[in-house]
Amino acid sequence: MSSERLNRIIATDCGSTTTKAILIEYIEGEGYRQTIRGEAPTTVEAPLNDVTRGVVNAVQELEELARLKYKNENITFLFDGPNGEKEILIPRNGDKGVDAYVSTSSAGGGLQMMVTGVVANMTGESAERAALGAGAIVMDVVASNDKRLNHEKIERIRELRPDMILMAGGVDGGTIKHVVEMAELVSAADPKPRLGSSYKLPIIYAGNKTATDAIKETLADKVELILCDNIRPTLENENLGPARDKIHDLFMEHVMQQAPGYHKLMEWTRGPLNGKLQNIPIMPTPAAVGNIMKTIAQEEQIEVLGVDIGGATTDVFSVFTDEYIFNRTVSANLGMSYSISNVLASATLPNILRWVPFDINESDLRNMIKNKMIRPTTIPALLEELVLEQAIAKEALRLAFIQHKEFAVSLKGMQQTRDISQAFEQTTSGGTIVNMMTLDLLVGSGGVLSHAPRRHQTVMMLIDAFLPEGITRLAVDSIFMMPHLGVLAEINPTAATEVFNKDCMIMLGSCVAPVGKIKPDAVALSAEIHLPDGTVFKEDIRFGEMRLLPCGLGQKAKAILKPGKGLDLGAGKNETREVELPGGVVGIVLDTRGRRPFVLPSDNSRIPLLKKWMKELKAYPEHILS
Amino acid sequence: MAQAYSPGLSVTDSIVLRKQRILPLKGTVLVKKGDKVKAEDLVAETHLPGNVLPMNLANKLGVSANLVMEYLKVKPGQILKKGDILAENNGFFGTGLFKTKIVSPIDGEVESISHHTGQILLREPRIPVQIKAFIDGVVVDVIPEEGVVIENKSAYIQGIFGISGEVTGELKILVKDGNEELTDTMIDASCKGKCIVGGSMVSLKAIKKAIEVGVNGIICGGIDDQDIKALLGYDIGVAITGHEHLGVSILITEGFGKIKMADKTFALLKRFEGKKTSMHGKTQIRAGVIRPEVIIPIEFKEEELIAQEAEMPTLEPGTIIRIIRQPNFGEIGTVTRLPEELHTVESETKVRILEAQLENGKKLILPRANVEVIET
Repeated sequence: MSSERLNRIIATDCGSTTTKAILIEYIEGEGYRQTIRGEAPTTVEAPLNDVTRGVVNAVQELEELARLKYKNENITFLFDGPNGEKEILIPRNGDKGVDAYVSTSSAGGGLQMMVTGVVANMTGESAERAALGAGAIVMDVVASNDKRLNHEKIERIRELRPDMILMAGGVDGGTIKHVVEMAELVSAADPKPRLGSSYKLPIIYAGNKTATDAIKETLADKVELILCDNIRPTLENENLGPARDKIHDLFMEHVMQQAPGYHKLMEWTRGPLNGKLQNIPIMPTPAAVGNIMKTIAQEEQIEVLGVDIGGATTDVFSVFTDEYIFNRTVSANLGMSYSISNVLASATLPNILRWVPFDINESDLRNMIKNKMIRPTTIPALLEELVLEQAIAKEALRLAFIQHKEFAVSLKGMQQTRDISQAFEQTTSGGTIVNMMTLDLLVGSGGVLSHAPRRHQTVMMLIDAFLPEGITRLAVDSIFMMPHLGVLAEINPTAATEVFNKDCMIMLGSCVAPVGKIKPDAVALSAEIHLPDGTVFKEDIRFGEMRLLPCGLGQKAKAILKPGKGLDLGAGKNETREVELPGGVVGIVLDTRGRRPFVLPSDNSRIPLLKKWMKELKAYPEHILS
Repeated sequence: MAQAYSPGLSVTDSIVLRKQRILPLKGTVLVKKGDKVKAEDLVAETHLPGNVLPMNLANKLGVSANLVMEYLKVKPGQILKKGDILAENNGFFGTGLFKTKIVSPIDGEVESISHHTGQILLREPRIPVQIKAFIDGVVVDVIPEEGVVIENKSAYIQGIFGISGEVTGELKILVKDGNEELTDTMIDASCKGKCIVGGSMVSLKAIKKAIEVGVNGIICGGIDDQDIKALLGYDIGVAITGHEHLGVSILITEGFGKIKMADKTFALLKRFEGKKTSMHGKTQIRAGVIRPEVIIPIEFKEEELIAQEAEMPTLEPGTIIRIIRQPNFGEIGTVTRLPEELHTVESETKVRILEAQLENGKKLILPRANVEVIET
């Protein structure tokens, strides 16, 4: 990896509907900045069937906007290639060309995988973690003990048409029977790859090493078998790296090769590495987002939780613990358009309506949600519809986060040694590592969060859905630039982190929320906050309140925060914290509505309470809250 | 700037239609290029591999996996009848007494036998899959071993949402205009085998009646979400439909709720009343959009079958649009102006807008994302 000075870089993310291009430039005195963006429809389907057409269109927009911005007609990013089609010009020579071009892709449904294991919540889970971490959508986890009968497993494997399969199972040296049996089921199902019938389905075997010969004997004739180190060599160890790397290699070699135009795009993505112009592999979009999150967590030594809520799916990423353990989950059917109806089905109507500060006819709401599903590109023009969509978003985020917490756990099946002081603690192997109290930064991304008409609404949605505890910074990805920066971090982490901090993240502010049970009329937080404008906010805030204090972008407020009796702000029960609270485009939110449990009233007091909080947060215009 | 409006649904009295009819696996094509086919005709067929039944012989025989081979009476690839002996041990102390016989529970063949796990896999006979033409037309292309392309000239309506698969039937209009609801009292035995047309809404009672009398298809403006849930027994979470087996196929032209069927759509259906119609409810909104369709074949000469290149409809002053979100959901208007600058709508969202005049003369400002072009 090198950090050579690259003055002009183009990064694209080829999404399933839109190809988004950004220009990153080194500007003297400022460092790396994202300067221009362009987009065009993705072109992987008929009639064009060539992803590079969309890339050229998006880059052409960048080129035109760059010429306008710098009033320089000589700026050129594209040239006419040998067969008369436009290509990206690398390396740069003055105004002509760019120093590097990198790309991510989720077009054509992204990377779709099936994983197998022996014990569902041990090797099955490790395999799922490896696949998700590599940016895949996991279509199913088939395990020896998953309660389905063998013939049902065969039918399931046959009906799924994944891009590849990851097989895990067994610790090294352990029994081989179960993992070989699983291979036999896979062999009997004779699964076919999703794209193209001309190649064999790639299967990565990352299970018990001792079973390798038997696995080869069972599968090698039918599929493209790739052997890899065991992802669970012992019960106490998870070794996901080699399997993830193999998934990425295969994604490039097999899946991308089948997608229309990708063989060309793979030749285009180039940049200087170790002094030589080299090909930079295209990354699956979620893998790139994970990459930038890990980079940021490590560089800033913080714990990060990120969410990307799209039309069809919601991805949650987290980096927790001192070892910076990265986890990613995809809630494949929680989204704000294609899958909006599934949010209603999963969350149930009462849970959505509890966030709505007015009465609404249930049947109208159900039909509105279904109409959004069948016409996914429409936007809420009426304020009431915006409030309803944001209520649905809170539930989609909440459910996706529950799934994430259940998945981001310490290894199951490990034997734990405990001393006498731990004997009464309830921690077991397999507990979640997501700790909202130690979380430093919560990042939101995706249309409903990034494009909310008021950033205050983004803050409200993040707080209501994730219920941050103690003191937490809140941010939003301005234009969904994280994928671009994630792949850029592969060749130039400096450029990636600089742009992330300056242009990608919009800091919204901080949230202060004491945790614990308290009587409804008791003081939950005594706050003395010295605000940047010189004023001092001082209040004993009772349970069930919200406050929004002004503290702008780049500013900090000195705060003395004393939690109410029996409550915790991160330093222990009843312990006062003296901290600097970072501001943002929204400010500092003090939230004494309670955590563990957080309960919304179900009686007549709910609507007035919601209105009060929304008014305090300036979430919506006054007239809808009066 | 990416396209900021929905391309809209086709409603046309004459279109050259191409339909690919492809097998899920390679098989045999039963027609040849130039053949005239009817919707009901078979055009291709294949056999899916039969289901696999695994059995652990080692466990059943009470021996370790590596010894299973010694007791086998069959070999991989062997054709089996139900009751055939798969394996047999030597009985009590090898005396031949109290032998354990493992017999095949199915007709089929031996797929494989493993000495690692002692497992035998039996495969049931292959399952035939047949593809019909679905529309009356001419076979214009044969994709060897895969299927055919059929062309015809049709009146054609794309729906917004539907349920259940392909059906054919004579078109029968049951309402006086696109505003009238389709009720159970309008449906009687004369609707059997037909594709019936309602106006703004079809009720649950009407759908049940239609199933009862044997209606093949229902075409209507709107439907209530709760009625679909009651009908299917579950809530549709993601818009991927067409696999349901309701006993009737349903196609919705406008959306959920009570919404008047667009005049143009209703008039077109009325014009072709009594004609043979092919329709399906298959809907997929995610990548690779599939919309439900009503196809009414019309007379044509083969030289007329020149399919036009699909074009993206343009949004310009004079374009007829349908409003696809509240307020004014379902209304039809004409674009009068397309201002370049962003506009703040009631929800405070800044969007690209258009100005339009409704059929009743009312003038409106609308987000471009909330209209679709009515293709003509």
